[in-house]
Amino acid sequence: MTAKKSNSEKTSLLVKLFSIEGAGTALVFIILILLFMFTAPRAFTGYRIYMSFMASVPPALIIALGLTLVASAGEMDLSFPATVAFGSYIFSMLFQQYEFTWIALFAAVMVGTLMGFINGWIITKLGIPSMIASLAMMFLWGGLVTIISNGISIAIPTIQATFFHTIMVGRIGGYFPAQMIWALAISAFIWLLLNRHPFGENILFIGDSEKVAKVVGIPVARERIKLFTLMGALSALAGVFLTVETNVYFSSQGQGYLLTVIAAVFIGGTSIFGGSGKVVGTVFAALIVAIIEAGLVASGIQGFWTRFFIGVVFILSVVMNNAIEDPDKVPLIKSIRLRMKR
Amino acid sequence: MPSTPIVRLENVSKFYGKVESLKNVSIEIGNNEIVGLIGDNGAGKSTLIKVLTGVEQPTSGTLYIHGKKIDAANYSVKEAHKLKIETVYQDSSLGEKQPLWRNFFVGRPITNRFGFIDVKEEKRIADQIMRTTIGFRGVGIDYDTPVSSLSGGERQGVAIGRAMYFDSDLIVLDEPTVALALKEVRKVLDFIRSIKTGGRSCIYIEHNIQHVYEVCDRLLVLDRGEIVLDKPTSSMTYDELINFLMSMHKIEETN
Ligand SMILES: Nc1ncnc2c1ncn2[C@@H]1O[C@H](COP(=O)(O)OP(=O)(O)O)[C@@H](O)[C@H]1O
Ligand SMILES: [Mg+2]
Repeated sequence: MTAKKSNSEKTSLLVKLFSIEGAGTALVFIILILLFMFTAPRAFTGYRIYMSFMASVPPALIIALGLTLVASAGEMDLSFPATVAFGSYIFSMLFQQYEFTWIALFAAVMVGTLMGFINGWIITKLGIPSMIASLAMMFLWGGLVTIISNGISIAIPTIQATFFHTIMVGRIGGYFPAQMIWALAISAFIWLLLNRHPFGENILFIGDSEKVAKVVGIPVARERIKLFTLMGALSALAGVFLTVETNVYFSSQGQGYLLTVIAAVFIGGTSIFGGSGKVVGTVFAALIVAIIEAGLVASGIQGFWTRFFIGVVFILSVVMNNAIEDPDKVPLIKSIRLRMKR
Repeated sequence: MPSTPIVRLENVSKFYGKVESLKNVSIEIGNNEIVGLIGDNGAGKSTLIKVLTGVEQPTSGTLYIHGKKIDAANYSVKEAHKLKIETVYQDSSLGEKQPLWRNFFVGRPITNRFGFIDVKEEKRIADQIMRTTIGFRGVGIDYDTPVSSLSGGERQGVAIGRAMYFDSDLIVLDEPTVALALKEVRKVLDFIRSIKTGGRSCIYIEHNIQHVYEVCDRLLVLDRGEIVLDKPTSSMTYDELINFLMSMHKIEETN
């Protein structure tokens, strides 16, 4: 009797621990680090590899944060690779031509904002589902940026000498990439927006049920447009971070992010059905995707394995997040539980 | 008491594509009265409510609230809320995955001076509504519980509690007792009576004619989008009402 009780107390503590937002994803992240410490001890017990992936992860993380909001509303955005490239192009071009830095940042984000607004307008006013509309817009914007930039890339090595560069992507204390601080600040802001702001609440209810959202007085179309506008702004900002870190623009720059960013959002535990979004989960998931890449290379495993391994972690994470929410959501666990009861 | 009705509809029609769900409907809802709205499935009851509460725009006709003509283009649920008209829908007006406290305040959150939601205050009031207004006791439901784990009756309770909290002049109940146990139905009926005691008005849509007859001051009958009866309950006996509704079907059959 008493043993039974303490047992259930133990499980309820575990349940509580895992109901903390992102706890499951954080655990996966820690397990991966431990795993790589074992397979690639030289790299993973030093600090360098962590610094290098904290330098590379912020653009993907910033996009993933925006996409977490989009997914929370039950929507999708496939156009962000083009917006990233656009942001990168506007910034590089203005820097190369006029040596603008802050103005170039502002202009790039404004252009992204406008692109996002147009995406949102097309989705809500023309009534095209966001998955389709944003796929079309990826072609449209991606084509447009290639046309405008004449298909050539822009190198801006002199950006490294600017104060702007130090603020944005400098190494704090000589090691820590400043962009990670920015990305974490944006994460905190997005968390507050989703969980503590009326806009986030409206997004959650729209994702839950458009019908209910209308009935409780949420201006659904307006909030959707705002959502895609914000997504555009964040994507362009990510493009600027990318170009300031790598000192280069090229028109296919954002394309590598398409699948990994979407993966990060859902590895993090955000529901594809809308109505729930896990910002903390997204942060850890973005780190997971990056560390898999770094970890496999450091372990001497061929790069081809990266995608395979991301796929494995993806499946396990989604199952785990579902099980944390409700074990009966996973048919296999449900049938095992039923069998054990008998 | 002012004599302007809370709501007046004048020749309101509503088309969904080619389906005419409301045909030239003209009605008034006065102060401090409970109006029963009866009609078969698909008669247009929910459509009427949606037009009245800003969810849908009428195809033609005019809407007056507190005597003021409403500009259809600017009328919305938010506007209806401001004019103190509140609705409880049959298929729930609650977000399934969201916790109860959010459901009480969504659309009109309590915010602090930075524009963020005052979660603490919202939870405190949610707790108060649940314990005092709708009497949720024990059974492991609190303000953090998601709607998806509530029973149908509990859901109606939450929606009704919300309507009461926001102090409306007119509360619209669209089949609030569908799928409720008898005991819970009694609770809803008591609530409807308390709306009147509080000096407010109510439109009550219900399939159970006996319940409507029991609590309503006035009866409206909709038949395929048309108002075919608008009379004080006291002007007819229960049997007369039943006979009227039966005769409606007979005409339908001979057609
Ligand atoms: N959103 C909609 N789109 C198309 N037709 C609708 C819609 N809502 C209601 N209708 C139609 O309008 C008519 C009246 O429906 P409704 O007002 O829901 O009836 P009731 O609530 O009396 O059962 C029905 O024929 C229904 O099919
Ligand atoms: Mg109905």
